[in-house]
Amino acid sequence: MSVKYSNEHEWIRVEGDVGTVGISQYAQEQLGDVVFVDVPQAGRKIAKGESVAVVESVKAASDIYTPASGEVTEGNAALADAPGDINADPMGKGWIFKVKLADPADLDGLMDQAAYDEFVKSLS
Amino acid sequence: MSEPTAGPLKRTPLHALHQELGARLVSFAGYEMPVQYPTGILAEHAQTRTAAGLFDVSHMGQIRLTAKPTQSAAKALETLVPGDIAGLSPGQQRYTQFTSESGGILDDLMVTSTGDHLLVVVNAACKDDDLAHIRKHLSASCEIEPMFARGLLALQGPLASQALARLVPSVATMTFMTGAFVTIDGAQCYVTRSGYTGGDGYEISTPADKAEPVARLLLAQPEVKPIGLGARDSLRLEAGLCLYGHDIDTTTTPIEAGLLWSIGKERRVAGGFPGASVIQKQIAEGAPRKRVGLLPEGKAIAREGAEIAIGGKIIGKVTSGGFAPTLGRAVAMGYVEKALSANGTKVELMVRGKPVPAEIVPMPFVKHAYYRG
Repeated sequence: MSVKYSNEHEWIRVEGDVGTVGISQYAQEQLGDVVFVDVPQAGRKIAKGESVAVVESVKAASDIYTPASGEVTEGNAALADAPGDINADPMGKGWIFKVKLADPADLDGLMDQAAYDEFVKSLS
Repeated sequence: MSEPTAGPLKRTPLHALHQELGARLVSFAGYEMPVQYPTGILAEHAQTRTAAGLFDVSHMGQIRLTAKPTQSAAKALETLVPGDIAGLSPGQQRYTQFTSESGGILDDLMVTSTGDHLLVVVNAACKDDDLAHIRKHLSASCEIEPMFARGLLALQGPLASQALARLVPSVATMTFMTGAFVTIDGAQCYVTRSGYTGGDGYEISTPADKAEPVARLLLAQPEVKPIGLGARDSLRLEAGLCLYGHDIDTTTTPIEAGLLWSIGKERRVAGGFPGASVIQKQIAEGAPRKRVGLLPEGKAIAREGAEIAIGGKIIGKVTSGGFAPTLGRAVAMGYVEKALSANGTKVELMVRGKPVPAEIVPMPFVKHAYYRG
C-alpha cells in the first residue's frame, strides 16, 4: 500500500500487517542536522499518538508520535551510528521503527500523499 | 533559538543578504535572524572551526560612552560593572557584567576603550533595558549614544585573520581583546580581535549602510562562508562560554558563574559596583553553587532544564546542553551545589525521565585558540 502521513509529519508505509514509520522530508528540513535518535525497542506495546521515539537535531529534541497502535517489531539500529540518514533519506534508510498494527482502522484518518503535500503547502 | 515576540520583527542591515543566501530566518530577541543557511548547522560549525565563518550579530546593542568635561567615562561605568574599566589602555577590550544590587547579572557585555570613548556591546534581548540603566545612572557623567542601527559582523575561525588581513593588513598583528579603527571598502569600521566561538577571530562594527558591502566583501574571500545563530550556539557551548538568559541571569552571580577572572583584582577589594557586598562575600567564603561542565555518557543529549542528580537526589540543573560537533558527542553546563562541584564527580542527568550517567569536567570542552601574539 502507499504511504500515509500524520499531521505531526510522521509517515507510515504498511506491508501486510506491519507498518514502517519515519518522518517526512518537510520534517527533516525543519529539524536540520539530526545527531541522535532514540528508537523504541522491539516488543514494546505502543498506542496511537504516543511519543515512542525522539529525534535530536543540533537545535532541539523532537518527539515522534506513532501514527498507529500495535507492537514494535524493530527499531532502526543503524541510526545509532548514522543519525544523518534521517536527513539524507528520510523516507528510506532513515526509517525509525516498525510496528505490527493492532487495528488497520488507525490509518483511516491519515493523509495520503496529495493531502499531505497540500497540508505542507498551507504551513509555509 | 526562537521565542515569541510582540509586534513586527526588526531586521538587521543584512536581512536582504540573508534571504539571498537562502537562510532560514527565525525570531530571535525581537529580530528576524538567520538560524542556518542551506548547508546546515554541522557544516557551518565545522567551517568555523577549520576555516572562517561570517556571523551577522548586528542585533546586538552597540553604545558609545563619552565623558562629559571633568568626568571619566571609565570611572562612571565602573559604578555599574565589576570589571577593571579604568585600567583599560586605549585599544584594550574587556568582558564584564552589569550587576544588580543583589549581585545578580543584568547582562554581560564587552567594553573597549578607544581613548576618547568607551564602546560597549550588549546582548540584543537586553539592549533597551541596558540603555535605560546606563542613562539612569551615567547621564550626569557621560554622553550616551546608542548606535543600534550600526552593523556588527563577527568573522571567526583559524583563517579569519588570513581573510581579513587581505583587506586590512594591520589586523594580522592585533592581539586577543584589542581594538582598532580600520578602513574596509572605504568605510570606517571599528574592529576588535574577539568573538564568541572560543576560536580566533574579529568583530567588526560598521556604519549601517556599509554592513552589507563589507559582508559581501568578506564572503568573497575564499576562506569565508556565512554562519547562522544555530552554529553560533554550538560553538560557544563547546567553548564553555555563558549565554545570557540561560547560563547567567539576574539569579546568578558572577562568582557562581565562574566569572571571577573578569573582576578586577583591585575591584574585588574596593567594590563600588552594584551588589558588591554579596559578590565580595562570595569571593571570600565561596558561593553556594557553581557553574560546571558536564559530559554525559553515550549519545543522549541533556538540554537546558534537565535536572542534575546524585543517587536520585537533585543537586542542580542544566542551563545549556547540546551536541558538540567538534567532539561528536553531547556536552552540557549547569549549576550544582558547591560541595558537589569537584571535577570527576559522577552525576546523573535526567533526560526525559531517565537518568543518564555523566561526569563533572573542566571547561572549555574545546580548547580556546585565541591569538595572543
